[in-house]
Amino acid sequence: MRLASVLTLGSMMSMAVTVMAEAVPAAAQSMAPPGATSCSGCHGPGTSGAAVPPLHGRPSEEIVAAMRDYRTGQRPATVMDRIAKGFTDEETRAMATWLSQQP
Amino acid sequence: MSQALTRRMLLKTAAVGAAAAFSHRTAAQASPRVVVVGGGFGGTTCARELKRKGLAVTLVEASAVYTACPFSNAVLAGLRSIEAQQFKLDAVEKGGINIVRQRAVRIDSQTRRVVLEDGSLLDYDRLVLSPGIDIRFDALPGYDEAAAATMPHAWKAGEQTILLRRQLEAMDDGGTFVMVAPANPFRCPPGPYERASLIAHYLKTYKPRSKLLILDAKDSFSKQRLFQAAWQDLYPNMIEWVSLSSGGKVIEVDARTRTLVTDFGRHAGDVVNVIPPQRAGQIAQAAGVADRTGWCPIDPVTFESRLQPNIHVIGDASIAGGMPKSAFSANAQGKVCAAAVASLLRGETPTEPKLINTCYSLVAPDYGISVAGVYSPRNGVLTDVEGAGGTSPADAPTSFRTQEAVYAEAWFQTITSEVYG
Repeated sequence: MRLASVLTLGSMMSMAVTVMAEAVPAAAQSMAPPGATSCSGCHGPGTSGAAVPPLHGRPSEEIVAAMRDYRTGQRPATVMDRIAKGFTDEETRAMATWLSQQP
Repeated sequence: MSQALTRRMLLKTAAVGAAAAFSHRTAAQASPRVVVVGGGFGGTTCARELKRKGLAVTLVEASAVYTACPFSNAVLAGLRSIEAQQFKLDAVEKGGINIVRQRAVRIDSQTRRVVLEDGSLLDYDRLVLSPGIDIRFDALPGYDEAAAATMPHAWKAGEQTILLRRQLEAMDDGGTFVMVAPANPFRCPPGPYERASLIAHYLKTYKPRSKLLILDAKDSFSKQRLFQAAWQDLYPNMIEWVSLSSGGKVIEVDARTRTLVTDFGRHAGDVVNVIPPQRAGQIAQAAGVADRTGWCPIDPVTFESRLQPNIHVIGDASIAGGMPKSAFSANAQGKVCAAAVASLLRGETPTEPKLINTCYSLVAPDYGISVAGVYSPRNGVLTDVEGAGGTSPADAPTSFRTQEAVYAEAWFQTITSEVYG
């Protein structure tokens, strides 16, 4: 009896923790890879025609190619050359894939 | 074991069981409570990002209107209206965020409660503080709140910005504008020098016999080479910068005579702008998340306070390693912090972030310069990624400067629409 009630209480408490964790919805969007959420500070979604183009929904290959060309200096830039150098090819690919999937 | 004891135990167990079942039920019904304090760039960004992740969020902000600091130097120079700097939380509220229009006065980290000024309480599972800065009216002898009415700091945009603008407008041609610049760290490292530039632009245009003196508590400053080259080019003989080692550190002010005292002498100005030392906003001090420096040490992955569990600090108030205290940083941090908070509430381990900062400064309306950086956690501190970042090139053509001025304006439009639109 005593053991049973302790067990019950214990399992209830662990259930409470589990239920609380479940109350947090699984990420609606996939988890953003490192660096990806910073971009919209300048490249805001839905600002087509703006001086700085949006990246959300843009094909990932375009973003990867642009970042590579900024890094190597093949593509002229004001600030993106300085930023692109902070990311590896692999990181850029992950960011580009995520950005391409954003509404 | 007697019968009576057994019965008592049984009753007790039943009561505990009921209590457990109750807390189980409330936990199941209510999602975790996240409270964000501060409706500036950091806090509002974080609240919206948390909401996007499906969390119930309460945002505590007493002001009905937020006046943005970036571009407020253009207001001082008469290039922009203060209204262009002002934003409301209406769209944020429509987006489903519960907004509490009060000041948070105290945090009880033991019971996880925010105490509001009317005495009511907000429970939280995770708390995000984005309080910005407080001006330290105890740091520079003679510079208290009353002195700020005579010698505005204008380092929190709003009435102070308007006051300094009026003083500039009233100044005669041939007058002297004196700025006092603080030691590091402070909000917006290139800000004083952008301000000097745009005020010089105003004076050159309307009061060309005037002078501008900067008394600095530092020997170097952000984008220094670019600023000084532009000053020589655009405003020759108008701006004088006195560094720390040349006697620039102001040790006392006299508001009545608008006089600034250094170890080497006294300087009087017709208009005096004192940018004093700062610290993390009051609620950070009250919550016990600020250290002896007045700023808030944080974990670089989650932005959780190093001093109090379950409390995260973002934006200017935080000690974010290499990241400067800027609106761009606060916005980037708000998004990373929201992701970390959501992960922690799910019982997951937050992933190591990378963050970007870009700060534009206007040296003239059509002349922009920038500094950028990429940051990642290293040895517990947000650290510049080597080989990345830096300032605009020193030898760029005019078209480059014009382009950066266009990007500066575009950045402001984009970030304010992401945060408040």
